[in-house]
Amino acid sequence: MKSKVISVDEAIAKYCHTGMSILLPGFVNVGVAETLIDALLKTDITDLSVISNNTSVKGRGIGKLVHENKIKHITCSHIGNNVETCEKVVAGEINVTFVPQGSICEKVRAGGSGIGGILTPTGVHTPMQDGKQLLEWDDEQGKYRFVEPDEPQKGKRYILELPLHAEVAFIHAWKADKSGNCVFKHTSRNFNPVFANAADHVIVEAEEIVEVGELDPDQIITPFFIVDAVVQGKAIENS
Amino acid sequence: MELTGKEFIAYRTARFFKDGDIVNLGIGMPTKCLDYLPEGVDVWIDSENGVVGLTGAPKEGEYADPNVVDAGGKTSVLRVGGACFDSFTSFGYIRGGHIDITVLGCYEVDGEGSLANWMIPGKAAAGMGGAMDLVSGSKTTIVMTNHTAKDGAFKIVDKTEMPLTGWRCVDYVVSELAVIHFTEAGAVLEEISNRTTIEEVVAKTGCKLIIPENVPYMEDIDVRMGYAKA
Repeated sequence: MKSKVISVDEAIAKYCHTGMSILLPGFVNVGVAETLIDALLKTDITDLSVISNNTSVKGRGIGKLVHENKIKHITCSHIGNNVETCEKVVAGEINVTFVPQGSICEKVRAGGSGIGGILTPTGVHTPMQDGKQLLEWDDEQGKYRFVEPDEPQKGKRYILELPLHAEVAFIHAWKADKSGNCVFKHTSRNFNPVFANAADHVIVEAEEIVEVGELDPDQIITPFFIVDAVVQGKAIENS
Repeated sequence: MELTGKEFIAYRTARFFKDGDIVNLGIGMPTKCLDYLPEGVDVWIDSENGVVGLTGAPKEGEYADPNVVDAGGKTSVLRVGGACFDSFTSFGYIRGGHIDITVLGCYEVDGEGSLANWMIPGKAAAGMGGAMDLVSGSKTTIVMTNHTAKDGAFKIVDKTEMPLTGWRCVDYVVSELAVIHFTEAGAVLEEISNRTTIEEVVAKTGCKLIIPENVPYMEDIDVRMGYAKA
């Protein structure tokens, strides 16, 4: 199999550009592709539209992109761990769209798996339903019908959440083989496998790059054909 | 020693846990419940970032893999038998009814059991994280809270005007004064502390309460459940 291993700077130059949409997995500081983020910060690339769960903490991971004003818009579920993100959102320097954490997962899963949208009970009767289509199960008719937010609820109600997709995903793997097969470690797995499936181009940074054949096929979470490039990453630090 | 305040609320809340339950605890006060588990009750802590079996921050000298963090992003110890999964699977478990109990805090809960805990109108919000998913899918949702705000304002209100986290999602509120059960019939005053009266609880509660004939004391819960007094 052809090796996809390239240098981190080469990967950024090949797949990234100003104004791009980018999927950045990670939960606070773990499972974040920090080596790729560091390399991106050495370039002039800016105005990113980010899809992530949160923005790490100040000075780490996605927080570095916040600090350097590289993010124009972010779709995420929480920014509370990073005081700098909160300040920049209040100042209007970053535009934020909040989406419940489980709905981010499902929207990106839909985007990566050819699904036209998903129905979730999460957020019904909250601000999360604003501007979205609502469906309610009609038991007599045996089918869903669209409802308005102020209609009295008679059956189980769902929000129609639309798919999310991006141009690029930065993935943090524990180990990857040279062809791009990936395994993840503990809670560093988080959003990585789902986000990897929903980008035009997927760059993996692996703590350890191994030869093809060294990973147990049953343990591989993200298979090689999803991945465009593999770069050398570094281990997760204590949080 | 007589427990008061948050410790007392945590002690009573922990009496909702059954041995083997999968429990998701919000950051802050809810994690205190683990300090007051009844003897013989061992629960599994689910953390929405994709792990079941966390035990908390490493004690001095204890090994913790930096790849294991809790829902606040802090390094945590994973117990033997625990399991990791991705976020998508984790929230499938959460919405899918596989989590027995979720415990979290509130700004307000109203008489219908609707919860507001993520956004104060006019103030910048930090985001809801996984809370909306947790309250929409957990088998039982428990809110731990001081009965009233610091200025005496109701926290248990008739109808909340705040942006909701979840609609009609709360099963129980546990405060330092009472246990309130939100049912189809309405909000039922199930227990009070022996340091208050029904009249005081009613006066400090903004929604209508259904008062059963017998309202036992929260402090007697161990006797009622057959637990050795902690």
